[in-house]
Amino acid sequence: MKVFKLIFKNALRHKLRTFLTILGISIAVIAFGLLRTVVTIWSSSVDAAGADRLITRQSVSFIFPLPLAYKPKIEMIQGVTKVCGGVWFGGVYKDKSNFFARSAYDDNMFEVYPEFVVAPKEFDEYKKTRNGCVIGSGIAQQYKLKVGDQMVLDGDIFPGRWEFVVSAIYKPKNKNTDATQMFFHFDYLNERVKQEYPGRGDMVFWYVVQINDPAKSAQISEQIDSIFKNSTAETKTETERAFTQSFVAASSAIITAMNYMSYAIIGIIMLVLANTMIMSARERTREYAVFKTLGYSAFHLTGLILGESLLISCIGGGVGIALLYPIVAGFEQVMPKGFFPFFFIEPVTVILATGSALLIGVLAAVFPIHKALNTKIVDGFRFVG
Amino acid sequence: MEPIIQVKNVSKSYWRNSLEIPVLHDITLNVEDGEFLALMGPSGSGKTTLLNLIAGIDRPSQGELNVAGTDISKLNESGLAKWRSASVGFVFQFYNLIPVLTAYENVELPLLLTKLSRAERKKHVEATLNIVGLGDRMNHYPKQLSGGQEQRVAIARAIVTDPVILVADEPTGDLDKNSAKEILTLMTRLNKEFKKTIVMVTHDQHAAERATRLLHLEKGDLI
Repeated sequence: MKVFKLIFKNALRHKLRTFLTILGISIAVIAFGLLRTVVTIWSSSVDAAGADRLITRQSVSFIFPLPLAYKPKIEMIQGVTKVCGGVWFGGVYKDKSNFFARSAYDDNMFEVYPEFVVAPKEFDEYKKTRNGCVIGSGIAQQYKLKVGDQMVLDGDIFPGRWEFVVSAIYKPKNKNTDATQMFFHFDYLNERVKQEYPGRGDMVFWYVVQINDPAKSAQISEQIDSIFKNSTAETKTETERAFTQSFVAASSAIITAMNYMSYAIIGIIMLVLANTMIMSARERTREYAVFKTLGYSAFHLTGLILGESLLISCIGGGVGIALLYPIVAGFEQVMPKGFFPFFFIEPVTVILATGSALLIGVLAAVFPIHKALNTKIVDGFRFVG
Repeated sequence: MEPIIQVKNVSKSYWRNSLEIPVLHDITLNVEDGEFLALMGPSGSGKTTLLNLIAGIDRPSQGELNVAGTDISKLNESGLAKWRSASVGFVFQFYNLIPVLTAYENVELPLLLTKLSRAERKKHVEATLNIVGLGDRMNHYPKQLSGGQEQRVAIARAIVTDPVILVADEPTGDLDKNSAKEILTLMTRLNKEFKKTIVMVTHDQHAAERATRLLHLEKGDLI
């Protein structure tokens, strides 16, 4: 007979109680994993931001445009390798609920954003097609689009019917790269805007500035902004991470609340397991006295109680993590399309859930172990549960 | 030859809040190797407390306790635990078997603390269960056994490590007349055939008659 067998048999003494505790831990781990996944995905755009990219926008707000004439001036600054103008297009594709980012960029955009991988042949086709567009593989899959298909957008910031041809489909280089964006030629947008809305031509909403040394980002940002100081369109330049962070920060209260909620779930389930362990240990007070009488030491008793607690928490944690994957997949299906550009469980979430299950197992055993070790043998035999 | 149990001027008091409750007063007692000693006395006379002190599961307030050549009053908790596992076998009134373990596994429990191999443990457990007449009930759980059988498993657990002394606290107290008789016969056999030194606390005159010596305790004093 092995100690593990005794731990296992002890854990199964009250099958219903153990089952319910395991179920509780599993549900808590699933809830924890789901919340952490949402929080992680929410802030993943910040993590995906390139360290060598700066964003220059109007100092008042990025909804106010910057003149195209700024581009060569920025390119002149030492340390700047590429500058790419960008315009948020907005618009509606078929239905308002079909949300994904649509932007017009200079053609060097795919050099500045190497994480959007486009096949060379398709990219050549894109460059040749005036109204060509590049869409992410996520969009292609979601709307069953392929190269050569037509996409029609109903413009809102730039009103009118906008016809595009899918020239290329990009693939995300990394798991946390957004595969649900649409890009098209700035020139195509600019030409039509100049014709239809003359005052709005030759303008971009932001410049993506690629630099050769991320350590000099603060210095280069200052240089860019100083050039346009006291102009009609003063600029604010910051790292892409800071720029993205400013969007995420708007939801920071929700994220913080979700973070606290995920840890509260862990705390609650710890109390549930602790309660189970305390009840079990209390019922076995006489048995622990027997073990001590037979010569079992504090080390042995600690092993028995801790082992049982860890067994329950690990089974619960394991079941929870195993179920988390299909549940997250199901969650992704029921979420509005495009709400999250991607939705997957980060390895850190699994590590946190596993660590939490282990921690719960250890902490829940602390009080019962303390009680068992500090109860005198004679008091243990007198105990009536 | 030195007595196997030497109790010298042992006193024991318990504290309830700030009130001292004396239980044993200056007890001096020797038990020879191979003796079967019965301790009798009314409830609260201190007989179980004396048994617990001899067995090393409680500590005296004063005095010396020398059992099997070891001054157990000077051992720390872990030292006492090791000493108990090697030197003392316990039989309780309510058997105190572990309900989730079979008779075999219950008897094997003390051997798990030794360096014996699995095969050696099996040999010891089977031999001991055969001595107590439960060779055919090894895989039964306590709830599948009668009270008398449970107590026999408890005795097997107590003697499986071949301890120097066997202490029994009311071993027949929870049994019917026939089962009690069987247990007493077994204990007598352990004393006579296997030369085990036994200290037994009992209220039962029939049980006491099996002992080779009888001592009475009253209000914490040997009389």
